[in-house]
Amino acid sequence: MTELTLAKAITTGLADALEADDRVVLLGEDIGKLGGVFRVTDGLQERFGIDRVVDTPLAEAGIIGTAVGLAYRGFRPVCELQFDGFVFPGFDQVVTQVAKMRYRTQGAVKMPITIRVPFGGGIGSVEHHSESPEAYFAHTPGLRVVACSSPQDAYSMIRQAVESDDPVVFFEPKRRYWSKGEVVTDVSAVPSLDRARVVVPGTDVTLVTYGPLVQTAVDAALAAEDDGVSIEVIDLRSLAPLDEDAIVDSVQKTGRIVIAHEAARFGGIGAEIAAMVTERCFDRLTAPPLRVTGHDIPYPPSELEDHYLPDLDRMLDGVDRVMGVRV
Amino acid sequence: MLTIRPSTDTSTRRDRLSRLIAPDGERLHDPDLDPWVADVFEEQLLALYEDMVVSRRIDTEATALQRQGQLVLWPPLIGQEAAQVGSARALRKDDFVFSSYRENAVAYVRGVSMTDMIRVWRGSQFSGWNPYDVGMATPTVIIGAQTLHAVGYAMGITRDGDDAAAVAYFGDGATSEGDTNEAMVFAAAYDAPVVFFCQNNQYAISEPVGLQAQRPIADRSPGFGIPSLRVDGNDVLAVLAATRMALDHARTGDGPMFIEAVTYRMGPHTTSDDPTRYRDKAEEQRWRELDPLERTRRLLMAEGALTDERQASVSARADAVAKELRDGCLALRPHEPLSIFDEVYADTPPSLRRERDEYAAYLASFDDADGANREAAR
Repeated sequence: MTELTLAKAITTGLADALEADDRVVLLGEDIGKLGGVFRVTDGLQERFGIDRVVDTPLAEAGIIGTAVGLAYRGFRPVCELQFDGFVFPGFDQVVTQVAKMRYRTQGAVKMPITIRVPFGGGIGSVEHHSESPEAYFAHTPGLRVVACSSPQDAYSMIRQAVESDDPVVFFEPKRRYWSKGEVVTDVSAVPSLDRARVVVPGTDVTLVTYGPLVQTAVDAALAAEDDGVSIEVIDLRSLAPLDEDAIVDSVQKTGRIVIAHEAARFGGIGAEIAAMVTERCFDRLTAPPLRVTGHDIPYPPSELEDHYLPDLDRMLDGVDRVMGVRV
Repeated sequence: MLTIRPSTDTSTRRDRLSRLIAPDGERLHDPDLDPWVADVFEEQLLALYEDMVVSRRIDTEATALQRQGQLVLWPPLIGQEAAQVGSARALRKDDFVFSSYRENAVAYVRGVSMTDMIRVWRGSQFSGWNPYDVGMATPTVIIGAQTLHAVGYAMGITRDGDDAAAVAYFGDGATSEGDTNEAMVFAAAYDAPVVFFCQNNQYAISEPVGLQAQRPIADRSPGFGIPSLRVDGNDVLAVLAATRMALDHARTGDGPMFIEAVTYRMGPHTTSDDPTRYRDKAEEQRWRELDPLERTRRLLMAEGALTDERQASVSARADAVAKELRDGCLALRPHEPLSIFDEVYADTPPSLRRERDEYAAYLASFDDADGANREAAR
């Protein structure tokens, strides 16, 4: 067991994946000598060579499209898209090619491609550097869309993503890159990539979130304890497909659910969960499902981002409302 | 000759094309191309001719099947037989093709069966064949997307230390897409063993090539550091020679090469298109005189190679293939409805299994007496 930052846990996971399988190839902008703008691939090119840790031209469609060709040839490409707001030039290749290739070819052609995306706000940056585009991907069948929240999950999930025969869009909570935690590199005992995880058990309210807000939710659960409210925090881990049963099991127990994410509310992951819980737990609900999310606006300038990002207080406000404390 | 010369013309002037067979069937000579077809004698040329005749017959049969309501759509290749057959016959088994949806003559040459060729166009499946069986990827509908796949595959070839090559087939319209331009950037950056084979058939549906390119398309790739060739795409011998040259270039570590095969889409974009709205009969007639099959036939006739018996055997072969296509098409049966849920993921997730089960239950509700009664009550 080692203490690692979340970023270093991914670095370690990528290094172990490169070591374990010589078909694993990393592609991305600035991932070589620089080690990526967040240093997640630090030292990997030096260790594994320029043919396996590949600095690419500045073209996201090119990165994803050549990964498709490499996958056709039997490689396992891991692509880094530098920032959440930079994914869109590659979006067509992800949606029309990566996601559909297995289906298109009746299973003949696998796309074991991992697409890493640092996402989310709270780092005081400029436009296009703080976004949460996960719902665009989650709406596309054929993709596995996941978000890690802790160093242990960062390590385990990147290993599982690279080993998956399905394409995985791997969202990394960039404002948690420097959070530290204990990491074991034996992934045999960790939950599979498509499973949610109960982070804090509780009985009154189910609080579902993922990525950067998991820590905020844990803090909210601790704070609520003082008020005698027991929050069960669920880290989704997999945004698509959704681990519906984990959420349903929790709501069957609590009868209340709050869903939190940084992404805008309309058509977001929270909307899907609220609908699913309403369909499957209607009789058990004692309050309407409630969303605590970013507003339906473009991500605002950083000096006002605190008014956009759900924080501990807004989560507790949501909990109060489903508890009937506030109306 | 190998590397394109700077040019000021903005049209696709045919007198600048590399060519080995003149439209009247005269065998021309080109010191750069000739060595690459030094092994092509009467018999080999007859085989190329037969491939082209068969390809046109496939095209005619499929168009007829569409008109008879047996196919949802067909993209005719008529006019492009030389470009497709000549290039595909240059390939080795271990080379890998990434194509658009019009390369059905390439698919035929790669060994795709007639039944497999027609599945997509009958609306039966999205991929007619297993790409690994024939060294040809599932054709791509998104314009230009496959060019990047070819480059990635070629990057894989390099990493495996093989001397195979990847070939990207695309049209003049695709040269405007970002993907195609990014593909050339990546291929040049990594010296990827890939051949960019552009069939300039003059039209992207209704848009003439002049809208995509203000200069000959072959002028573009040198700017990416990729040498190009501009050949008469209706000359099967010149196309064969150019593709062999480009493949050799790629195999020997010299990196990518670009071929513009100048040809003409004699038919509509697809069976849903109506070319009378955007081009005139005179233009079509001009290109008809440059027909790729006819000029090859004239050369073979002049050489005395195409006897009546041989012509008859070529026709018989074409008819047999067309019959395979028709029989194969008509024998296709719809897949079982719940198969639409298959192969979305390596393992179907529980949430999708639930959706499938719900739909299965819905379908099953029509099977039993209760279900039938419920329906009747509505």
